[in-house]
Amino acid sequence: DFNERCAQCSEVNWGLTDGGRFYCRSCHNVTERTREVVNADFVSNVRIQTISKGLRKQEKTDGGCEWYVCEGFQLVLKKQAEALEALGVHPQMKDEILCNFWRRYLQKSKQAYCNRPAGETVKAFSVCDSSTDVDSEPERPSLLHLLSLSESEGDLQTDCSFASSTSKVSESTSVCSGSVDGTWYLMKNQKDKLRMTMPMTLSFCYMALLWLREPMTLSDLLRFVVEGHIPYLNVFQHFPEKMKLYGLDLKIFCVESWPVYEEVYSKMLELAAFLDLPRFPDITDSCFLHPDMLCMKYLMEANLPDELHNWTCRVVKKICIGEVDFLTLVPGNKSTRNVKYDVLAAAVIVVVLKLLFLLDDHYEWLLSDFAEERNKNNKEGGPYFEFKKWYKVIKCSLDVEQKKLDEERAKYLWRCEKPLFYSAQKKSKVLKRRQMVVNLQNQFGKLSGSVRPAEKPNPSSFQLRWSEENTDGSCFHGHSLKGILQEKCGLLTAMNPDYWLCTVKLCTEKLCGHLAHYREVDFPQSYHFVLRLFSFLLRVEPSYIHDEVCVIEHKLFNKKLYKKPKYNTGLRK
Amino acid sequence: SSHEHKLNFKKSKEACLSYIQDAVLQKQWKRAAEFLTFYIESLEKDFSTEYMGPSEIIWRIGTEILCHHSHSSMKEFNSFIEQMKTLGVKRYLKVCLEHAFHLLCNGLIDEAYHNLSLAESWRFGEQTAIQDKEMKLIQAYRGLLDYYSWSKQKTILLEHDQDGFEDLSVEQEMHSCFRKAAVNLKEVIKIPGVWDLFVKCYVDLLEFYGDHNEARQVLNEYAYNSKFPANPNAHVYLYQFLKRHGESKKSLISALKILHDIVPSHELMIDFNTMLQKSKKRKRRRLGLEVIFAVLDYAGWKENVKAWSCLARQVKQIVISEKHLDWIKQEWNSRKDWWPAFHFSRYLAKTNWQENESLSYEKALVAGILLGKDCKYFKYVSHQGCKAQVKRFRILKKFVNKHNPAYLRISG
Repeated sequence: DFNERCAQCSEVNWGLTDGGRFYCRSCHNVTERTREVVNADFVSNVRIQTISKGLRKQEKTDGGCEWYVCEGFQLVLKKQAEALEALGVHPQMKDEILCNFWRRYLQKSKQAYCNRPAGETVKAFSVCDSSTDVDSEPERPSLLHLLSLSESEGDLQTDCSFASSTSKVSESTSVCSGSVDGTWYLMKNQKDKLRMTMPMTLSFCYMALLWLREPMTLSDLLRFVVEGHIPYLNVFQHFPEKMKLYGLDLKIFCVESWPVYEEVYSKMLELAAFLDLPRFPDITDSCFLHPDMLCMKYLMEANLPDELHNWTCRVVKKICIGEVDFLTLVPGNKSTRNVKYDVLAAAVIVVVLKLLFLLDDHYEWLLSDFAEERNKNNKEGGPYFEFKKWYKVIKCSLDVEQKKLDEERAKYLWRCEKPLFYSAQKKSKVLKRRQMVVNLQNQFGKLSGSVRPAEKPNPSSFQLRWSEENTDGSCFHGHSLKGILQEKCGLLTAMNPDYWLCTVKLCTEKLCGHLAHYREVDFPQSYHFVLRLFSFLLRVEPSYIHDEVCVIEHKLFNKKLYKKPKYNTGLRK
Repeated sequence: SSHEHKLNFKKSKEACLSYIQDAVLQKQWKRAAEFLTFYIESLEKDFSTEYMGPSEIIWRIGTEILCHHSHSSMKEFNSFIEQMKTLGVKRYLKVCLEHAFHLLCNGLIDEAYHNLSLAESWRFGEQTAIQDKEMKLIQAYRGLLDYYSWSKQKTILLEHDQDGFEDLSVEQEMHSCFRKAAVNLKEVIKIPGVWDLFVKCYVDLLEFYGDHNEARQVLNEYAYNSKFPANPNAHVYLYQFLKRHGESKKSLISALKILHDIVPSHELMIDFNTMLQKSKKRKRRRLGLEVIFAVLDYAGWKENVKAWSCLARQVKQIVISEKHLDWIKQEWNSRKDWWPAFHFSRYLAKTNWQENESLSYEKALVAGILLGKDCKYFKYVSHQGCKAQVKRFRILKKFVNKHNPAYLRISG
């Protein structure tokens, strides 16, 4: 709210010019102050009005008001930050970090906090303005064109069918978006300005989390989103009543897919560079995101012996990925490969397992039998770790959990109570459909047998838990690796003398987007199993972890320091 | 970049659908209902141009579940179907029709009739013309139900007649049902297709009211119009009609001849052979032999005493007359390689004798003529028969021995 008295007439009666500057309505004195979209709470009684010359007026019959797309996103971010705070994230994230990031974004993308906010160009593109003379506007983008330009997350065909039916109706009656600049938002080529999208809200969140070095990885964040702890799908239902959402707004705010790790991550990097952020706070070895820490966590979750941690630390040290300079994000620095902390840690563990067990579908089982033998004579201390036993336990749990996850995925409800429609004409049809859907859901819900309330699982960092108190011996944390190690010159080394590389040569990322190309059939089943395990925990594709494994291996064996690695390109079978 | 593994609405619903299908296949109705609940929101994105979209899938699967689920009631089903009717105008009549079927299967004839009548009066612009086929079916089934009412009225009337009552209202009701039924039935059987039940009912109506000409014409059309698919039943109905009305042997035979061509193993072939055997015309008797041989080519007739007795009688008659042994030779030519193993093995001789003496008798006679007195079948059966001192077997033995030269002529 701009409440200063006018310099000329001392009144408090402000309006906004086209250029977004405040002017006094009493004496028409124009100030240098620009409109700021400051409030996270959308206050509908803001006494700011815009001069309507050419600016399309909304029909106010539905009780709506003017709102800009970035205000919508601001609300989304606010809700997400609140949810993160509820999960235990430091309040500083919401109150300071995220806010500042967002403001900087608005400034850089010229949506606010600058002299000529981008919103003023809206009037040039008012497609649905009834007062516009058709002939005087040679370039009128059609609705179809607009829809096809944006990355369609939903079914483009459906959108087109909507569009074509909308455009049949006379231009004067259809309104294309509830927001003021929805049309412009989708249309203008924003490649250089990083147009805001729903997945990008998560990039913002992750960026803020990273800045604060919060103990939440990106895979954790995305998992919490899917589990419903962080608003994402249908977050627009929390928009205030007066912010009417329809038409092209749907394309902006309604998502029909879950965000993908790669997408959110790469956008975050782009964003950090775009915002000209400095070097992020250091990731040191006492940080949660440091590989040593994350390895510990994942080892626990994967029910692997604690002793493996020594090995992961050794690998981390050897290839220098525990260094502060390696781990800390420096935006815009293209020469360093950016670090995905969770994937990296998982890949380190995979490499360690390969070092110790080879994982060629043969040796690991032999080794396990050998450890079993040794276990028979092992009276003191903890039992020796047997790969076979571990495999059985993990496979069982993993299959159960994967099955649950698959069923849950089939049961996602994408729609919400707040109905969406592209245009006013569609409203009644959409509402009728909605009503029928609700009726049918009730009818068949009753026939579902035991009523299963849609409860969200409690948010937790650990998905799999193993307790040493279990007497069934299903917890392997305390098991010893001695069963598979041998003493040489006073040091414990792996019995396994061999190693196979996942790939002899890394691909050029720029050309094909990947460093390696993983195909399950080309690799041993044990290897695939291990990938599958971490793929489940991190909710990424196995190939994603495989890529990282390849990179680590190439760093590790680059100088051929290890004794006689066998160069098997892994193309078995 | 294409994130193929990206989980989106479409993929999520596809996965959901496969869970539903699995559950339905395994008859886990509760589980199917559970997953269907999550699938239903696809209706809000139902703009697909795929062959089978969400609304049709929900209609079909929902119907399956409601039919089989233990807690589902007819009332629930009806309410569900009414909603389905509003879902897709392009499918409206189909849904109505299937709804009517379902009601009929549950014995709710009046409701079914009511539904069909409502559907019949439905009009929706160009859709009415597009869904013409379904409309015809609806009319046809309504006609069928009218026939059913008529039939009920008729029964009541006949009962009252017996009791000496005169019931004008019932009679009028009956006639009105007849008119309604006749109109619809007549229309539908004009369309090339298989309309067995409808034809039968229509003919029944016509016969009752004495319009035999129309009935004959309808049956002829149904049987002989080349536009209609080849349908053995059409000829059966025609034959039965002709027989009922004492038509000439010639017309009966021509009707059955076609049936023989289409379905040589039809049960009416026995009657056909009997008719033909008795004929004075040589050609017909020849045809009779062909017919009965053809019947016994089929496994289903292997142990049918009547069939064998027909063949035996005719073969015996030919042998005795010593004329037309070449007929038997012609028929036997294509069968001599496989009939012995098919009908006259030693194993069959034993089982036939044990299980059915008459069967073995008839078969032995045929075997004796076709394969001679030294064939396994005849030898075993006749020996057993004589041992058991059954008179006819002694006679049989004598007969076959006597006519062995006939066998020689047939086989040579």
